[in-house]
Amino acid sequence: MSLLQFWLSRRAELLVLLEQHVVLVLVSTSVAVALGIPSGVLAARRPRLGRTILLLANVAQTVPSLALLGFLLPLPFIGGIGPRTALVALSIYALLPIVRTTVTGIQSVDPAVVEAGIAMGMTRRQLLFLVEFPLALPSMVAGIRVATVIGVGTATIAAAIGAGGLGEYIFRGLAMVDTTTILAGAVPAAALALAADGLLAWLEHRIAPARVTTAIAAPAAAVSLLVVVALSGAAYARTGDATVVVGSKNFTEQVILGELVAQVIEAETHLPVVRKLNLGGTFVCDRGLRTGDLDVYVEYTGTAVTAVFHQEVPHDSDQAFRRARELYARGSVSVLSPLGFNNTFAILVRAKDARTLGLRTIDDLRSVARRWTPGFGYEFLQRDDGYPGLVRTYGLQFGSQPRGMDVSLIYRALADGQVDVIAGDATSALIQAFDLTALDDNRHYFPPYDAVPLVRTATLLRQPSVGRALARLAGGISDRDMRALNAAVDIDHEDVRKVVRQFLERLPSGR
Amino acid sequence: MLVRFEEVGFRRPGRAAVLDRLTLSVQSGEVLAIVGRSGAGKTTVLKLVNRLLLPTSGTVIVEGRDTREWDAIQLRRRIGYVIQDVGLFPHMTVEENITIVPRLERWPAERARTRAHQLLELVGLPPQTYAARRPHELSGGQRQRVGVARALAVDPPILLMDEPFGALDPVTRAEVRREFARIQAQLHTTVIIVTHDMAEACILGQRLAVIDAAQLVICDTPAIVADSSDPRVRAFIDAVPPTPTPDRTA
Repeated sequence: MSLLQFWLSRRAELLVLLEQHVVLVLVSTSVAVALGIPSGVLAARRPRLGRTILLLANVAQTVPSLALLGFLLPLPFIGGIGPRTALVALSIYALLPIVRTTVTGIQSVDPAVVEAGIAMGMTRRQLLFLVEFPLALPSMVAGIRVATVIGVGTATIAAAIGAGGLGEYIFRGLAMVDTTTILAGAVPAAALALAADGLLAWLEHRIAPARVTTAIAAPAAAVSLLVVVALSGAAYARTGDATVVVGSKNFTEQVILGELVAQVIEAETHLPVVRKLNLGGTFVCDRGLRTGDLDVYVEYTGTAVTAVFHQEVPHDSDQAFRRARELYARGSVSVLSPLGFNNTFAILVRAKDARTLGLRTIDDLRSVARRWTPGFGYEFLQRDDGYPGLVRTYGLQFGSQPRGMDVSLIYRALADGQVDVIAGDATSALIQAFDLTALDDNRHYFPPYDAVPLVRTATLLRQPSVGRALARLAGGISDRDMRALNAAVDIDHEDVRKVVRQFLERLPSGR
Repeated sequence: MLVRFEEVGFRRPGRAAVLDRLTLSVQSGEVLAIVGRSGAGKTTVLKLVNRLLLPTSGTVIVEGRDTREWDAIQLRRRIGYVIQDVGLFPHMTVEENITIVPRLERWPAERARTRAHQLLELVGLPPQTYAARRPHELSGGQRQRVGVARALAVDPPILLMDEPFGALDPVTRAEVRREFARIQAQLHTTVIIVTHDMAEACILGQRLAVIDAAQLVICDTPAIVADSSDPRVRAFIDAVPPTPTPDRTA
């Protein structure tokens, strides 16, 4: 599918994401201006305090954006899934350029001009507003310009925590290993950055001869602020009490399951559903469920017991399910009946290697491990039931350090020969597409990963129809069904909504 | 007695004195020229008058009141200040620059405007040509004239000038100086002017004060100063070139 076709077929969605993106940048830049300019003035007036302010802003700037989001997520009031956390993070990033250029702008005002102002009897305020601000304005606008452009770029990361914006396409595209989808988000984001840069450059040029009188600037500022407030108000007003918020992690199967849950609730209950798909990992989804930012998402029993509760997973499916249900119940989260398929980890190698080297089981890997480079997702590298346990159980000794990469890139990395063995999902469509072979887990290292919907108990009590709607999915999706659904999206590039709708039409009605 | 220095000392903590027990007075309508080497403390004298600095000992009295008791803003609005770098506001037109103090004093716009045009005429810059210009569109001499016009805007009883003509070339300098002498004769403003050029001081000042190494050496009419035998004064007199400058004939 060409990029143009992609956009045309998703016009409405594209506009919504674009609007979300613009609102994220506008609001965060406005907040940064409101905080940064007074801080800059203070810093210019008090050099010692100024150094501290600039140092803080510098440090904040050096924190990688994903790390900052992860750090903010669990904080009360400012954290949580959705635009709020993203706005805080983006505002922090926008602060430095604005503070710095305000300081530079004010400090570079000719001292003779300042002395003349003081000597003619200007008060500090008059000096600031009549002399220093107008003269520092071009420098300040240059800082706002830099902040805005950085903001447009950084806002793409916001999609990882469900804040929306053009980053959604980028993350979706990464999850599906689909360049068109990535470009569908990246191209408008770049265009937006260029447009913002051009607009502010023009503004900077207009005021460079310093012809801004407050008579023009004040109403202009007021109008733009109103627009910002109105837009952001609209962005927040959407979630009401009766809505059900459905989340998912950021890989294809999760997005499909999220969409499936959303559509089944829409079909059976007529409650409004908000989708927060493509969230950045188990931790983010779990946080969301506990803070009430999410009502439902699909988890896997094995992941729940180890990654969320840090316990040993029973190797029996039923026991694992009961353990998960017990543990979640304490946090007022209900575990509904399993959907039917088991997405356990699969240790994958290239089919060609498996044939020539005669690899069938993970045990067989031992003979080649010293010469091979493994590649794993960050989560797998970190988790107890991931890489550390794997090498322990099978006594594997790899020749080189495992390479960490995003799960969405890992299959291609294996197919391209960048790594030699990976851990993937047993239900991934890419196994066939890239001609990979799954090695048999002959020591039963990997626990069961049965997919189960997790719902906030409060939501179930308030809207019992949600529970009844989800019951329709119980046992309805086999391993084969899931692989087919994944393939339809990942390999045939079909639209997730369409694929899910067609699947639901075949699924027996719950009523 | 408009301005009076009584035993005024000024020093920054841990440094040598900038001024030491300076006693000096300026009569209403008088032009006092202060001469001294760079760093002799001349500029400090001016800054003590408009309270940009406060004395560390002694008192400075302006219009019968200690500068410590003056409200700094009120005091400064009564004192015009012209500095070598002029310090015109680059983002304002010539007219806006001149009317800034009247506007701070909440004059009606029309009155401020009329005053600005009157002053531009006075300093020899026709308002229809220059009122709407910006400082960067003026020559150095023109900028200095606008600086003088701005300092005179609310008709202040006192005008302080710190090396006002220092940055100008000799011809322009003589011209602006002549212009200034004419204006002063017309307005009778009390002026304290600081310069390191003895010839300039003799032309403009009705009295001369020579400051050397933080101390007042002499304060008297140009003729008496010229006859002084004090070596510190002689050093300045002897530095003046023997040929008369064109100003003397003006």
